[in-house]
Amino acid sequence: MRRRMRRRLRPGTSFSSMSQTMQRGPVTGTAVKKTPSRKPFLLDLYGTAVGKKYVMAITGIIGILFIIGHMVGNLKAYIGVVEHNGEMVYDLDVYAEFLRELLVPIVPHGYALWGLRLGLIAALALHLHAAYSLTVINRRARPVRYQGARDYQVANFASRSMRWTGILVVVFIAWHLADLTWGWLNPDFEYGAVYRNLDASLSRLPVAVLYIAANIALGIHLFHGVWSLFQSMGWNNPRFNRWRRSIATGIATAVVVGNVSFPIMVLAGVIQHPAV
Amino acid sequence: MSGTLKNLTLKIWRQSGPNDSGRFDTHVIDEITDEASFLEMLDILNERLVESGEDAVVFDHDCREGICGTCSLMINGQAHGPERATATCQLHMRKFSSGDTIVIEPWRASAFPIVRDLMVDRSAFDRIVESGGFITAATGGAPDANLTPIPKPVADAAMDAAQCIGCGACVAACPNGAANLFTGAKVTHLNLLPQGQAERYQRVENMVETMDDHFGSCTNHGECEAACPKEISIDVIALMNADYRKAKTINRKSLSRA
Repeated sequence: MRRRMRRRLRPGTSFSSMSQTMQRGPVTGTAVKKTPSRKPFLLDLYGTAVGKKYVMAITGIIGILFIIGHMVGNLKAYIGVVEHNGEMVYDLDVYAEFLRELLVPIVPHGYALWGLRLGLIAALALHLHAAYSLTVINRRARPVRYQGARDYQVANFASRSMRWTGILVVVFIAWHLADLTWGWLNPDFEYGAVYRNLDASLSRLPVAVLYIAANIALGIHLFHGVWSLFQSMGWNNPRFNRWRRSIATGIATAVVVGNVSFPIMVLAGVIQHPAV
Repeated sequence: MSGTLKNLTLKIWRQSGPNDSGRFDTHVIDEITDEASFLEMLDILNERLVESGEDAVVFDHDCREGICGTCSLMINGQAHGPERATATCQLHMRKFSSGDTIVIEPWRASAFPIVRDLMVDRSAFDRIVESGGFITAATGGAPDANLTPIPKPVADAAMDAAQCIGCGACVAACPNGAANLFTGAKVTHLNLLPQGQAERYQRVENMVETMDDHFGSCTNHGECEAACPKEISIDVIALMNADYRKAKTINRKSLSRA
């Protein structure tokens, strides 16, 4: 029985006449529009520009927390020498060792620090990828630019230069790691001697200028980025909206002032190895 | 107090069709009253062009009282020109002075292909509205007024968003060609009201994803808000962003999909 039906429904036979009654053209586009098949939740969310902006904002928050923590930790350079376990050592070096000892003995020495580092690397990678794909989307959205000059009303230098300040900061991060983490670019590098390495690197005038320039770029990036993340995440409330700009300005200023102080104070001799 | 403007140089974008590369044409307006609207000035130019056997400049316009959203024009690098909170039709020549050079361009975005000269096709906006810019309402006899109580501040906020006339200035002004202000306004004006709650989360999801098919992404410059003839605040973008996240995570939605 089944076999007979198959034979009868071969192409070119009565099947075509049957199909005419079965396949009607769509009445409207919306009536037959199929719900697109969904990717896994996070990929689905990341697939839209709004979702990519969430990623920009969340990874940005991770970066801001790191930058503030990094700056505050480095301020220990100003404490100079302290007595630690009966020895006179730099407080900054003690702090560096503390970071490696984090969560010991729950996890072995250095593991917690590596966990934080991996988190930061992931956040940076996602921030870069989202920025890249959003830039591609935006370029495609206006392939032919305005032929006359644009007269921007409220877009400021910070918001217009996010891509460039971002690239500057990434290049600087690579340089900074090679200088003070791996020691490749440091003239007098010794593993664990943070205070001494800091002084050795920033005593070079061009390097100090590079650090100052990179941190100003970072400050400009944060001035727009911190404000922008509230909008991207939809954190908009008349009760705190007027604080959003102040928070952005405050964080950007604090980071720039704190970080720029290090090269200046090294050059001024306030941070100097051996400390007197 | 009316005056006369003399010797205006207009650099107008001329493009014979979607596939033409286009160019600026220069026309000189010797004399015009400062009471003329910007579009009247273009009308006068067009009459002159037609009389001399040339093609008139094609531009969009309809109500000329700032409520239909048909007129466009990028004037001296600003969407709808230098007057704040108005569409091009309500821009008057008194905003300019004698001897000025005025550059007039169409909206530029891949979602708004140029039809001819200064006229663009904004039907990408219709795709966004089709995908969610409606509510399901019972038909039949007219309901009593105030049957659904709405707090006054909510009604006001919804009305502020509902002012959007869909002119496309937000997209034109956006350095990224994003339509977040338009979509945000459409999402907000329905999502704030009780009548819009039934489809609230499907609406924002569908509209954001349709928007994605056509437009760029928001980098929070705020240029759209400054260009908007209805002064719609970028707060609507934040509400859309928040609702989109909720739509993606809310439990009710996964139930409805089963």
